[in-house]
Amino acid sequence: MIRESSSTTQVKNRHRELGLSDQDVLNMYTQMLKARRVDERLWLLNRAGKIPFVVSCQGQEAAQVGAAFALNQKKDYVAPYYRDFGFVFAWGMTVKELMLNNFAKAEDPNSGGRQMPGHFGYRKLRMLSHSSPVTTQNPHAVGIALAAKLKGDDVVSFVTFGEGSSNQGDFHEAANFASVFKLPVIFLCENNHYAISVSLKRQLACAHVSDRATGYGMPGKTFDGNDPLAAYAAVKEAADRAHRGEGPTLLEADGYRLMPHTSDDNDLSYRTKKEVEDAKKRDGVLTFADYLRAIGILDEVTEEKLEEQIRKEIDEATDYAEHAPFATADTVFRYVYEDKD
Amino acid sequence: MAVISYIEAVTQALDEEMSRDQNVFVMGEDVGKRGGVFQATKGLYEKYGENRVIDTPLAESAIAGVGIGAAMYGMRPVAEMQFSDFMLPAANQIISEAAKTRYRSNNEWTVPITIRAPFGGGVHGGLYHSQSMEAIFANVPGLKIVIPSTPYDVKGLLKASIRDNDPVIFFEHKRAYRLIKGEVPEDDYVLPLGKADIKREGRDVTVITYGLMVHDVLQAAEKLEKEGISVHLLDLRTVYPLDKDAIIEAARKTGKVLLMTEDNKEGSVISEVAAIIAENCLFDLDAPIRRLAAPDVPAMPYAHPLEQAFMVKPEQVEKEIRDLAEF
Repeated sequence: MIRESSSTTQVKNRHRELGLSDQDVLNMYTQMLKARRVDERLWLLNRAGKIPFVVSCQGQEAAQVGAAFALNQKKDYVAPYYRDFGFVFAWGMTVKELMLNNFAKAEDPNSGGRQMPGHFGYRKLRMLSHSSPVTTQNPHAVGIALAAKLKGDDVVSFVTFGEGSSNQGDFHEAANFASVFKLPVIFLCENNHYAISVSLKRQLACAHVSDRATGYGMPGKTFDGNDPLAAYAAVKEAADRAHRGEGPTLLEADGYRLMPHTSDDNDLSYRTKKEVEDAKKRDGVLTFADYLRAIGILDEVTEEKLEEQIRKEIDEATDYAEHAPFATADTVFRYVYEDKD
Repeated sequence: MAVISYIEAVTQALDEEMSRDQNVFVMGEDVGKRGGVFQATKGLYEKYGENRVIDTPLAESAIAGVGIGAAMYGMRPVAEMQFSDFMLPAANQIISEAAKTRYRSNNEWTVPITIRAPFGGGVHGGLYHSQSMEAIFANVPGLKIVIPSTPYDVKGLLKASIRDNDPVIFFEHKRAYRLIKGEVPEDDYVLPLGKADIKREGRDVTVITYGLMVHDVLQAAEKLEKEGISVHLLDLRTVYPLDKDAIIEAARKTGKVLLMTEDNKEGSVISEVAAIIAENCLFDLDAPIRRLAAPDVPAMPYAHPLEQAFMVKPEQVEKEIRDLAEF
């Protein structure tokens, strides 16, 4: 890996003009790094036979974290999809909670172990529950925005999905509905260039997912998915539009899925090692660290401290989740309908 | 007590719930200015405005899905599917989302939506304006499916559906809309979901059905009474989940059971009713369970003789009851 050293490069401060402090961007990086390290740990746990399944976020952390920082974490409603580790951490989910989710334990706030990992949903954080048939969450996010508008609440509704998902009818129906009613929705497509094995050119005939925005009468914008500041700027602008009553925006983070689709996938059956290695050179976790070093926010001491703190948090969370109880078998009958007793 | 039509009972229930609770709103195709293609939402747009009676784009999955989102926010949407035949684009939202949200979120998120849809044939609606869709949704735990037969039941059950904290599909028989009239109290009342209702007490033969067919049986029963055959009629009212106790009790009452549906026979709601009776009432039965239903062809054709050939006819109802009585 070739990286430029901070001492030899003059790097422009890009975050100050966005209204972000040095601490803000360091916090962003912390969340990105945390998501990456958690993801790496999950693969180890899976290969060690401790958890049955991993669905990975690697390569998409930058866009996820940048987006979360641009929203109002006290008020806005969010519908993150199954790769959004970076987003959910930045939104307030703890590593312990995500580990409980991956170990499918009773205390998992997302579903108490009922759903597969990564199927987020956390009422306390105004994070909608979502399923596995993709893009079903898009109309829900529109419904949230509609309800908020009917009630006169100044709330933005944010939803993410993949580029393959952007072919689903629900994507189209939700985008059209949101735009017709000028609802405060931000649609963020995390384009990682693969819908499992099928690459972008077999998914879209247009150049960008964001090109589709024109058809819905809303603005569309593609940004570098490896750059959290680009994500922040784009989502912030979309949120501002939403607050002004100007309606929805379709955003697209142009990124790459660094890992196989899931722990059950063999990605080298449909892409080359070289392609993945090339993408790793653009990896947002590395390039953002470079930026922070170049600008003098991240040094070796801070980095080491950060890694140590994250490792400790993951160790503790893993230990806790591994030993936490599963929901008891009799609970399988609960919550089909409202419990009226 | 005022005598009103089945569809007027729908409108009255919607009006009362919208006026009682600011969170109740109506959405669907043509429900606003037009008042619905059947006029079920007539006058509501004028009374409550375009924000609470929302004309949506023509997209059923969005009508269901956006409604689900609004319900998760705390609203009580009443989403109209213009014809039950047009619900299938929304089936994933209904089955994968509305029905499973409470369960999959471990009771954190709930979806108190009511999805109304006109169903049923005999109106020259052809294959796609006549179908009974209940069986498609009737093995989906998390859903409730209500099918009222009288204006009184329409009002009480629709109000209960809107107030229910789980998703309810409310099927209205479109031929009943103007054909069926009945007494409906002007005051506020609800009827329990999940409870069948004895529409007629009898001794000789039990008929279990729902929707418009309840009236076919009532007419047949009048006629057969004169022949000395006494018909016991149970109206399911909620076809999912079924009121098992009421079904078992009704079957035991006479020991001879006729089950009826407008739907295709195989895999229909009454197939499940037959299974409940078979499991619980073997030694109480004096005759094999009989089923009267539509044939297993895709749907009813448009041309009159073909439509008639598909539908269950009053003389068939009489014959089946008579045969059972004489068994």
